[in-house]
Amino acid sequence: MSIDLSQFKQTFIEESLEGLDIMESTLLNLDVGEADLEAINTIFRAAHSIKGGSGTFGFNDIASFTHVLETLLDQTRAGERDVTAPAIELLLASVDCLREMINALQDEGATYDEEQVASVQEKLEIMLNGDKESNTESPAAAGSTAASEKNPTTTSGWLIKFAPHPDMLRTGNDPVLMFRELEGLGSLAVDVDTKVLPGFENLLAEDAYLSWEIRLTADVAKDQVEEIFSWVDDECELEITALAPAGDTAEDEVVVEPEPQPVNTDVKATPEKKAAPAATKKVAKKRSTSTEATSIRVGTDKVDALINLVGELVITQSMLSQLGEEFDMGKIEKLRNGLAQLERNTREMQENVLRIRMLPISFSFNRFPRLVHDLTQKMGKKVDLKMSGEQTELDKTVMEKIGDPLVHLVRNALDHGIESPEERIAAGKDPVGTLLLNAYHKGGNIIIEISDDGAGINKQRVLDKAVQSGIINSPDDISDDAQVFDLIFAAGFSTADVVSDVSGRGVGMDVVKKNIKALGGAIEITSQEGKGSTFSIRLPLTLAILDGQLVRVGEEVYIIPLISIVESLQIDKKSVNRLAGCSEVYRLRDDYISIIRLYSLFGAKPDSVDLEKGLLVVVEGDGQKVGLFVDDLLGQQQVVIKSLESNFKQVDGVSGATILGDGTVALIMDIGGLIDLSNTLQRDSSDGAVA
Amino acid sequence: MAQLPEEHFMDTAQRLDSDSIIANGSGHEQYLTFMLAGEEYGVDILRVQEIKGWDSATRIPNTPDYVQGVINLRGTIVPIIDLRMRFNLEKLEYGPTTVVVVLKVESENKHRTMGIVVDGVSDVYSISADELKSAPEFGDDVNAEFVKGLATIDEKMVIILNIDKLLNSRELNVLDSAANER
Repeated sequence: MSIDLSQFKQTFIEESLEGLDIMESTLLNLDVGEADLEAINTIFRAAHSIKGGSGTFGFNDIASFTHVLETLLDQTRAGERDVTAPAIELLLASVDCLREMINALQDEGATYDEEQVASVQEKLEIMLNGDKESNTESPAAAGSTAASEKNPTTTSGWLIKFAPHPDMLRTGNDPVLMFRELEGLGSLAVDVDTKVLPGFENLLAEDAYLSWEIRLTADVAKDQVEEIFSWVDDECELEITALAPAGDTAEDEVVVEPEPQPVNTDVKATPEKKAAPAATKKVAKKRSTSTEATSIRVGTDKVDALINLVGELVITQSMLSQLGEEFDMGKIEKLRNGLAQLERNTREMQENVLRIRMLPISFSFNRFPRLVHDLTQKMGKKVDLKMSGEQTELDKTVMEKIGDPLVHLVRNALDHGIESPEERIAAGKDPVGTLLLNAYHKGGNIIIEISDDGAGINKQRVLDKAVQSGIINSPDDISDDAQVFDLIFAAGFSTADVVSDVSGRGVGMDVVKKNIKALGGAIEITSQEGKGSTFSIRLPLTLAILDGQLVRVGEEVYIIPLISIVESLQIDKKSVNRLAGCSEVYRLRDDYISIIRLYSLFGAKPDSVDLEKGLLVVVEGDGQKVGLFVDDLLGQQQVVIKSLESNFKQVDGVSGATILGDGTVALIMDIGGLIDLSNTLQRDSSDGAVA
Repeated sequence: MAQLPEEHFMDTAQRLDSDSIIANGSGHEQYLTFMLAGEEYGVDILRVQEIKGWDSATRIPNTPDYVQGVINLRGTIVPIIDLRMRFNLEKLEYGPTTVVVVLKVESENKHRTMGIVVDGVSDVYSISADELKSAPEFGDDVNAEFVKGLATIDEKMVIILNIDKLLNSRELNVLDSAANER
């Protein structure tokens, strides 16, 4: 019986990538010189399951790579190796290699950098063999036995008695796969014991009756053999003995420190009594969602909640239809109650369905420890990364799109923000800088803050650079701090004196702002020279729903996102001025804002063109305030955003459409686009006037 | 008012059923025809998603005037094109037989759902490929692109339309920018 394994391949890939994430984050938390057994076990387990899985699926390159990695980890776990900084670096490099290899599996046709993998594998082997060689070369001279292997490798093979418990097959373990893997180690001679095999009429197809005696002729360590059976070691009787008594098979022999060998890594085995090999446990995998995957894993609690709600909805529906069948005016109260219940059900349902798409922001934050680790090493800075609010939930789509801007901001904070240790000491600060990532909910938004305690933004330098690169004409154009900081987001702006590979090319910050804007969010900077800067990103929780203000222009109803409305007011004719005869401006306290007559922009028939008879909705988009002239404000409601593009096309000044309570379609305004549209039209008309 | 068109397509639907039994030959394709200013036009019936009575649409600003707007079709936003205006025909007040034919359009490897407003649906014909005559050269008239061919049925000419070309998003964009320049 052969099983089609390909259907599990995707699961393997996803789980392996998760395993790698776990390995990576645990590695980053490891302290040099101090072997935290639990952490090392975690790393080991992840590596182990990747190896097991890749072996099963026949991804031999991954399996052999992981094998070396695993052996190294196993020794560390057993306390034979110190955790050194180069070892951690090497392990991180191997994690990268593995990730690349697994990604190559996922995208068919994609290849990974084989040279890179080979070189890392070689380094791993050197680190590993550094000890091994010393053992094999000088066992007699030093009077020591092997340090790196639990058993000497001088045996000619192993006798394996393998008797599965009857129910082993039911756990999904297949002896064939194990034998296949054993075969990979060396030549096999197998005797099968059919003594307990019942007669055909008593045979249960799902029970295991056979047991085997396997002679493996190979120069391999005992734990390599044990490894193969590690998934089933509590489901079978397993006895592994050396074939030829060439080596000492005692488990707890005293290990003597090997002679130091000139190897290019400084890992050394520690003279320690060997810990008994911990039974390999099946890895309890953390169920989480990979951020790039198109599928989404949803907690059963969320699904259960939905099923409950659907049940309630069905009950409400049947109650209402029963009511409808024999309805008279006496039952109107009952109908009202029913409808109220329906509304409650629907709202709860909506909330729950949206919650399915919500993921904690930790999925996005998780990549930063590694990024910070790598960058600080490269730049010779010392940075302590702190994260808080990782459990804040955010829509999956928003999360995917915010990843790159966040990386960019973190890079910037490390490169431009936090100073080198020398500079910090000179400034009287702790030589270790702090980078804080924080996320929290505020109203209908999520706020993500990236703060550093670095040098802050030098306003004068920003101004000088902006003038130099022609973004502004003279520093006098800019008055307040916010505008100065805004210059950072201008295309082509960079204050870095030297262009490094980390940042300083002047592309990026404008893209960051564009991406955030595309998500309906905003970014703000606060900075104090010498104290540090904070970038705070405000994003809508979801892209599917927004709070809208319904406005009426003649017969037509439009929706303005509530988030962009500053205020609404009745127009005082005295505050309206005409600029150069064409555009109108309104004096709002100390500000002048231009008036956009929505009816003329959208070609609608208004109730009145008289400004005093309508209302002015002051909105803000692209950091610009304008007043929209409408006939009336109708009401506020949550609207579900529907795409116009899916069946039609992008329309200027409109971000989407929604369906109102009466079934008609209303357009949702895109304030930024609206302002652009109005500017373009105005420019066109004034050009026309000149011509 | 809305009652009449419904009857009308019940009628069509019944005929549609009987026709599909009759149509069995290979190379025969079925076309739904509709009337537009006295002429009969046909579209591939497999592209017709549904036929519904005219209901008001929400106007979309700054689009060509033949784009009537968008309607809510069971939760999807569907644009509606007035075919008379698209073909520069004389405008007709929407009446009881005015219907919207909702079509599945393929453009740029994307499926779109769009509606066209026509005077009324007419019939379903089975037309074989060789019965379909290519249209004569119309000169520079862009409309010629939308015509897949002409067929003669009972001495009447039926104009078979290529809806993918007719309702192409690029086409809409081109006309849109042309309209803006005016």
